[in-house]
Amino acid sequence: MSSQPSHALEHGTVPWLLAGALATAAPHAGHLPLWLSLLVASAMLWRVWLWQRRRPLPPRWSLALLVIAGVAGVAWQFHSLFGKDTGVALLVLFMALKPLETHHRRDALVMVMLGYFLLLTHYFYSQSIPTGLWLLVAMTLLTGALIRLHGGAQPITAIARQASLLLLQALPFLLILYLLFPRVTGPLWGLPEDAHAGLSGLSEQMSPGSISNLIQSGAIAFRSRFAGETPEKADLYWRGPVFDSYDGITWRAATPAAGLPKPEPVIEASGTSYAYTSILEAHNQRWLLALDVVTSLPPESSLAPTFEALARERLRIRSRVSFISAVDYRANRIEAPGILQQALTLPEKINPRARALASEWQSLPPEKIAATALAMFRKEDFHYTLRPPLLGVDAVDEFLFGTRRGFCEHYASAFVFLMRAAGVPARVVVGYQGGELNPVDGYLVVRQSDAHAWAEIWLAGKGWVRIDPTAAVAPSRIEQGILAALPEGEPLPSIIRLDRDWLRQLRNRWEAANNSWNQWVLGYNPQRQRELLSRIGLRDPDWQSMTASLAILCGLALLIVTLWTLPRRRRVDPVQRAWQRYCAQLARRGVCRAAWEGPLAFAQRVARERPELAALTSEAADCYAQLRYGRSGDEPLRRLQQCMRRLPPTRRKEL
Amino acid sequence: MQPILPTTRPSPVTRILAAANAVILGKSTQTRLALCCLLAKGHLLIEDLPGVGKTTLAHTLARVLGFQFARIQFTSDMLPADILGVSIFDRESGNFRFLPGPVFSQVLLADEINRATPKTQSALLEAMEEGQVTTEGETRPLPEPFFVIATQNPSTQIGTFPLPESQLDRFLLRIELGYPDHDAERALLESGGRREQLPTLSTCLGPGEFAALQQRVSTVYSSPALLDYLQALVEATRQDARLVHGLSPRAALSLLAVARAWAFSDGRQMVLPEDLQAVLPAVACHRLRLLSGSHAGAEDIAALIRSLPLP
Repeated sequence: MSSQPSHALEHGTVPWLLAGALATAAPHAGHLPLWLSLLVASAMLWRVWLWQRRRPLPPRWSLALLVIAGVAGVAWQFHSLFGKDTGVALLVLFMALKPLETHHRRDALVMVMLGYFLLLTHYFYSQSIPTGLWLLVAMTLLTGALIRLHGGAQPITAIARQASLLLLQALPFLLILYLLFPRVTGPLWGLPEDAHAGLSGLSEQMSPGSISNLIQSGAIAFRSRFAGETPEKADLYWRGPVFDSYDGITWRAATPAAGLPKPEPVIEASGTSYAYTSILEAHNQRWLLALDVVTSLPPESSLAPTFEALARERLRIRSRVSFISAVDYRANRIEAPGILQQALTLPEKINPRARALASEWQSLPPEKIAATALAMFRKEDFHYTLRPPLLGVDAVDEFLFGTRRGFCEHYASAFVFLMRAAGVPARVVVGYQGGELNPVDGYLVVRQSDAHAWAEIWLAGKGWVRIDPTAAVAPSRIEQGILAALPEGEPLPSIIRLDRDWLRQLRNRWEAANNSWNQWVLGYNPQRQRELLSRIGLRDPDWQSMTASLAILCGLALLIVTLWTLPRRRRVDPVQRAWQRYCAQLARRGVCRAAWEGPLAFAQRVARERPELAALTSEAADCYAQLRYGRSGDEPLRRLQQCMRRLPPTRRKEL
Repeated sequence: MQPILPTTRPSPVTRILAAANAVILGKSTQTRLALCCLLAKGHLLIEDLPGVGKTTLAHTLARVLGFQFARIQFTSDMLPADILGVSIFDRESGNFRFLPGPVFSQVLLADEINRATPKTQSALLEAMEEGQVTTEGETRPLPEPFFVIATQNPSTQIGTFPLPESQLDRFLLRIELGYPDHDAERALLESGGRREQLPTLSTCLGPGEFAALQQRVSTVYSSPALLDYLQALVEATRQDARLVHGLSPRAALSLLAVARAWAFSDGRQMVLPEDLQAVLPAVACHRLRLLSGSHAGAEDIAALIRSLPLP
């Protein structure tokens, strides 16, 4: 076949193929082993060099060696030849080596198809907007390569225009398939890494420094949108884990005593209820970070005895949950003795000065004790800072009487210690405080930098009451947010520090776009699909009716596209059609007529390349020339059609 | 239905070509193009290195067609009068008598036309355009038919005045001869120079027969589909970003005329796309200039043809 020029790959096609291959393979460099990325890059550079110098391609055996070496390297690196990462690595390897054996059009076609397949694999690793945009560019390049392959030399702009037009025409089908194709619960292939990437968030314990470290991330923890009005900023306490066990350094949740039934929380809400929907980033924990305190829970979740909303499973994917909360509440006015006992427990011996101070207050009523402690934080020389000095064994003593510089965890920890030492049941609550409204989409954005720790004390008759000692030290933290509360020069993430309006607006727009993407593209799950289908009149469809509607809609879209393009399609007259069909038959037998080739010239070439077809083709070409360029009646048309029927049957190997 | 390829006795064109090809070895395409140029009533420009047979081709054609032949060797000190003729005083009759110059012949071989000064060149080119010569206030018609076959050295050679664009356009075709192939050159070496064979050539055509052929050429059919393709080709030259400008309507007419002659020389009564493709380089190369400043080459034209599907 290589002797037939029509099957050889055109020189000008190669740059398109290489650009498509490069655009498709390049983003994988981020997670492939370095040696493989280098191998891929050098293979492509080699091909570019060969193309530029019009050198012959490397011999088959050297390619075979390269493939064997590459596959062996992949097998050695991944300890297997199966699995997602290995498969992707092999595909990228093939994508880089295939250009080195593109002799024929067929090879180029294989490359383009491989490229289309490789595009899909990127979604294993990232499903973000930039990835989507980049893959769109790569897909356009691959389509451009396909157009160049079939359409011959054209200006770049013409190819780009046609490729974009083709992709645009695919858009209705994309939408129909995306919206209607039966969805399965849970991912088919395992999730992309960024679905629960950067699993930063609150942890299951709190020690000095744990929150001030978390704060340095500007990543979004969750977004909330309130159905009605948004509560005051000072009321925005998003409840995470509750810690009631202290070992002198670290606060943890106490392990509930085995065998005892879990006490049901009793919440009496008064005042306004706020309904809102949160979109939580994956954080690999169960808590749902609801506004304090929840009165109505989403399905498949529960309220812990310590009032935090918990999902049934750990949140490994971005989740959308709806709550109703009240900010004026009384919680557990009658508390289980076990919990109260735990809320008074302190480790032995440590922090003697704090204990001594607290024992002076023991005679006061509990509210007074709390007020005294807060007054101490307010009046004495305490500072709110992200960079507190390190503390030793008697952490609370050192903090209260020595350094006096701390972040919210220091204040919450010291306050709860003092309360317990004074005989008031108290515990630490960790979560987020505040949030920033994104005016673009109306979502309240809560970042890791809004992480916060506060305290709760139990008062007879009032239940658990929130006390935020940080508010006593730095009231602006609660009223205006972390940025206002911290002095200049504290290491805050730059994303929340944007002082220029346009930068802030840009960030808001970008985050709003990401939010919509998350909700409508990534978060389009079976449930959302059901919602959408019921809106168009399909209630609880089974897969048969979904497939049927899919087929009907695709058919309709096809019909519309056809009707749209039909008037612009030139009517092919019978002479042209007969000749084109004859040429197509010859193409199946290995001789392709170039688009610019006239009938007699083609017949002469056929006579040279395939003498056994010469007589018939010469007759067909004569007829066609007479019909199209001469002055003759319809008689040659019948003969032309007969010529096609008289062609010998194709042999298999010619295909 | 009439057969496309001739099967009966050789047509006059075939005979002319056979006779010419017996003298000019291995250059059948160029001879055929040159003959087509004359059949389409145009002037021919042959451009190549000295010694590849330009003059022989011109001379042979004149002989085979039975035309009166004259030759001017252009030099840089040549004046228009050397071509057109001069009036001298005849002492016997006491009048001025016009001595016609070499231009008064049917086939004029203007050898190395780009060695002459522009003034002399334009004297000849005016004669080509008008078909008549005006000297000293008197207009004298040139003989019928009147062909100029000009040869030109590649303009890269020293001592040449390249023909300007407007004058190049007066030539219907420009062809290059190139070196002969191996076998042709061997035959040439074995049989000696070609010029000696010229006197032995006999005329293939009777008087008036060439005019009849020209008449038949002009009736060769060009279908609407063919004209579509011709227009597409011409428009492609106008849209090609590598070219300074495209082909003019006059060039399009020339292309059709030569393609008709080419089809006729193949024994056909209709023009096919192949005919346009075959003659396009000779029609277009000297009329198109690349952005780089040089004239378009045959490979540029071939690329253009390949980029354009048949309608």
